[in-house]
Amino acid sequence: MASYSTNEFRSGLKVLLDGDPCIMLENEFVKPGKGQAFNRVKLRNLMTNRVWERTFKSGESLEAADVVEQDMEYLYTDGEFWHFMLTDGSFEQYAADAKAVGDTVKWLKEQDVYTVTLYNGSPLSVTPPNFVELEVVDTDPGMKGDTAQGGSKPATLSTGAVVNVPLFITIGEVLKVDTRSGEYVSRVKSS
Amino acid sequence: MTREPVWQPSASQAALKSRAQQLAFVRGFFAQRGVLEVETPVLGRCGVTDVNLDGIHAQVTAGSRTGGWLQTSPEYHMKRLLAAGFGSIYQVSRVFRNGERGRRHNPEFSMLEWYRTGFDDVALMDEVSDLVCGWLGCQRPVVIQYRDALARWAGIDPFAATDRELMRRCEQWLEPEQLSDLGRDGCLDLLMSFAVEPHLGRDKPVFITGYPASQASLARVSLSQGYETAHRFELYIDGLELCNGYWELTDPEEQKLRFEADNQQRRRSGKPEMALDDAFLAALEQGLPECSGVALGLDRLLMLKLGVRDISEVLAFPFERA
Repeated sequence: MASYSTNEFRSGLKVLLDGDPCIMLENEFVKPGKGQAFNRVKLRNLMTNRVWERTFKSGESLEAADVVEQDMEYLYTDGEFWHFMLTDGSFEQYAADAKAVGDTVKWLKEQDVYTVTLYNGSPLSVTPPNFVELEVVDTDPGMKGDTAQGGSKPATLSTGAVVNVPLFITIGEVLKVDTRSGEYVSRVKSS
Repeated sequence: MTREPVWQPSASQAALKSRAQQLAFVRGFFAQRGVLEVETPVLGRCGVTDVNLDGIHAQVTAGSRTGGWLQTSPEYHMKRLLAAGFGSIYQVSRVFRNGERGRRHNPEFSMLEWYRTGFDDVALMDEVSDLVCGWLGCQRPVVIQYRDALARWAGIDPFAATDRELMRRCEQWLEPEQLSDLGRDGCLDLLMSFAVEPHLGRDKPVFITGYPASQASLARVSLSQGYETAHRFELYIDGLELCNGYWELTDPEEQKLRFEADNQQRRRSGKPEMALDDAFLAALEQGLPECSGVALGLDRLLMLKLGVRDISEVLAFPFERA
């Protein structure tokens, strides 16, 4: 596997540190004019999501981590694994476990496309698109006269996610939701 | 990874106007004091032996010569002019240091270097203050001994501490196996960079002086409080290292020994040895007048003037865009 020396360090680089794949978030070059150079680096451990701060002497190197991000369509779950398929026409499938899927499980809709991060060829994490469209399967009945302003209520979506929605939303409607904040954005007009 | 080329400058028009004004200010300052502006080669036959300075090797074929180095500073050429009796001189030049890129570094940068015959380090520090404070409108610097700065902000005596104590102090930043070949000066550089420097020059500019003799470089050394210290000074403003000056070493034998010690250190750390600049050493043999000299980073001075945090904001085209 390739390795990166300190003068190749930059944010976005995927490296192995203490055996774990990490992504470099920040890299600061520090050097007194006549003195030894150092790189002060912030990395996120992709296994634990913890942020590490490390210092390297100029000339030290880190092994590259085999981490790639790929677009994949979500197929189905068998209860233990969540199955995804590459969208590049190869039909290659990958099985992600609960740890890899994490909180994204509440946004998984069949046939939608997600970013799957592979580490040494196995799914490490699954990232949803910023917006998903999901159907309301349960919520209190809508109230007349409360069409535009004020008030909200919880609604359960087809994936099991619960979001706060305006009072006029009814069961069966399709909503656009921001996965980053978990907030309702709008109704989706049915075609 | 391929990236779209960026053709636009990274500095604003206002920043580049300020850069031009700064240059005019510098030239006016030295004209008023009767210091001669000189130009010396950017491309030299020799590089430098400094362990922590990596020159950029040039593939030049011209005349009967091949090879060459982009200069890390105009120091040796300027000292040859001093030995030739040119008196006090200054130069604004581009200098080159391989591997240096960050918020405060670009591998090519603008350096103001000047030498004052008959000045000691204290007199030159005074002139540095006149120039810097005249341009920035800041308070005059206070002087702090290297030893006191390390004691205050790193909690260690840089002269009395054992190697073991120094290494232990550095474990806050480096793993023990990273420390094993760092050496005493490497440890001190780490503490200076991470524990001390961020505090320097926050309220008012600070001169650090009295460096350990091992970090003297081209400065003369004398005994102070029982320790050999270098007549070397650095100016810090807002945590930014701005200049490095010496009461210059004039002894050719001592200079040669230091170059050879540098090369030994280079061998130990697996770096290529550098040929000694014999023309420079011959000039020292001829006799360098008593003088002090200082090199000041003009890009950083402009960063302070404009209150910006990234050197890219004061360079038309930093290395990635050049």
